[in-house]
Amino acid sequence: MSASESTPEAVGLRAEGRVARRQAWSRASRWILLGATLLGLVVLVVLGIDNAITGIPALDWDFLVSYPSRKAELAGIRPGILGLIWVLALTVILAIPLAVGAAIWMEEFAPRNAILTTVRLNIANLAGVPSIIYGILGLAVFVRLMELGPSILAGALTLALMILPMTVITSVEAISQVPPSIREGSLALGATRWQTVWNHVLPGAMPGILTGTILAVARAAGETAALIVIGAAAFIAADPSLSFAGLLDSFTTLPMQVYSWTLQTKPEFRANAAAGIIVLMIAVIGLNALALVVRDRLRRN
Amino acid sequence: MSLRLRSTTPTGEQAREALRGKPAAEHRPSENVAKPEGEIAFSISDLNLWYGTFQALTNVGLDIPRQQVTALIGPSGCGKSTLIRCLNRMNDLIPGVTIEGNVTYRDADIYGSDVDPVEVRRRIGMVFQKPNPFPKSIYDNVAFGARVNGFRGNLDDLVESSLQRAALWDEVKDDLKKSGLALSGGQQQRLCIARALANNPDVILMDEPCSALDPIATLKIEDLMRELATDYTIVVVTHNMQQAARVSDYTAFMLTDEEITGQLIEYAPTETMFTQPADERTEDYISGRFG
Repeated sequence: MSASESTPEAVGLRAEGRVARRQAWSRASRWILLGATLLGLVVLVVLGIDNAITGIPALDWDFLVSYPSRKAELAGIRPGILGLIWVLALTVILAIPLAVGAAIWMEEFAPRNAILTTVRLNIANLAGVPSIIYGILGLAVFVRLMELGPSILAGALTLALMILPMTVITSVEAISQVPPSIREGSLALGATRWQTVWNHVLPGAMPGILTGTILAVARAAGETAALIVIGAAAFIAADPSLSFAGLLDSFTTLPMQVYSWTLQTKPEFRANAAAGIIVLMIAVIGLNALALVVRDRLRRN
Repeated sequence: MSLRLRSTTPTGEQAREALRGKPAAEHRPSENVAKPEGEIAFSISDLNLWYGTFQALTNVGLDIPRQQVTALIGPSGCGKSTLIRCLNRMNDLIPGVTIEGNVTYRDADIYGSDVDPVEVRRRIGMVFQKPNPFPKSIYDNVAFGARVNGFRGNLDDLVESSLQRAALWDEVKDDLKKSGLALSGGQQQRLCIARALANNPDVILMDEPCSALDPIATLKIEDLMRELATDYTIVVVTHNMQQAARVSDYTAFMLTDEEITGQLIEYAPTETMFTQPADERTEDYISGRFG
């Protein structure tokens, strides 16, 4: 038998029939998914450009360091920026230790039972509660019941309450990512549970906890609804004072300032609002970028 | 015989109730259990353990000699890892575990009501199947146990001597600041042994310490085990019968059959076990007929 006789028919390796159809669908899906991504981006970019066109003429150094004014060209966002920094710092101090503590308890110490499951589920629910509800709670409890008034402290407590569930969830997530073998290794050396948490679990979870914290702070930074409800001022012509007594001063934040300008009828104030939005967006994007950098730094070590 | 019950959850207790009187509870402990010569480190009797409703150990009883190497062998799921983790109360950490029976260490009841598991684990060190160095420097890995236990001495000397005893010093002495994770698998495992030695324990438990290592690294760990046995009591779980034959003085063979999980079939000096096993099932296993 010669070789030529046994040569098999050439194999068809081109896509035909079903394979061709599946491949066509697969190729199409790539473009559809790309479109989904672009849609969100395009909306954001268009909004950003539109806002920039209105806002940039009003944006200069005087705008950043001036107090609000009835004359649009003189008005600035100094109290808004300072108030925002003050309130956010206080929010972080109040919320983060509580959130991390709660997360450690849930992951490391709590008995695994139905109560814990319920608590977890409800914390997840709380993270989805609209911020205005937290505002109403803040108004009832902090402003009225505890008689703090529409103060920096009341604002920070309200925002802390608002970001608490989200921070707890991200912290729980970060802690559960620490491999159990590390805990076993530590406990097997005669470390107590707390020593294990402090020396191994927390350092391991820190990148995740920090990322979650910064994202939550970014959310609090843009918050208006809750602050409107508790009665944060729209017009303040003084810096918040850096003292314990200053905690009870009334305050404004950048988003509040922007919101109040959008209510004005004069178009000049709309330009001011747009300029304020640019500053706020830069701050929030900066915070998110910081979250990324911090996470990468810590992961590498 | 004293009977104790430690129940961490209702499930555990229910499990115990549910299983009482069933065949597992009627199981007779094996008669082929030798009594080691010399001093005894651990004395285990009537040990039963449940994970929730699943019984993982049934009526296990044996004495583990001091400053010798004792190997626990048997096919997967026979309860050897569970047994070794009973010796330093690592099973306490698993929710829903119920433990019944006696485990004494040099006549002290390990599960006594006044016993603190942290103190047990400080004296009875453990090395795990997968090397698990902390994501810290080599130095900090070794120093950790001493630090948490409030060691007041020269930490540098302790780190050096521990690494030397674990036969790792020469390989790492120039970069103790390097991350423990940067070492090779075999080095990582020796680092974990050094870490355990730094606590100055009496016993080192090793749960399949070589199963993630290549043959050369395995050989190093085995040599180390032999060497350490002059000062320490070593209990090693292994899948590898040749390893048991090479390193151990005594061998316990465990098995799970259709009816009874986690039973001790035979316990004898290693030489006897591998040349004249008393039980047919031991012979089948060590000659490679199953498992």
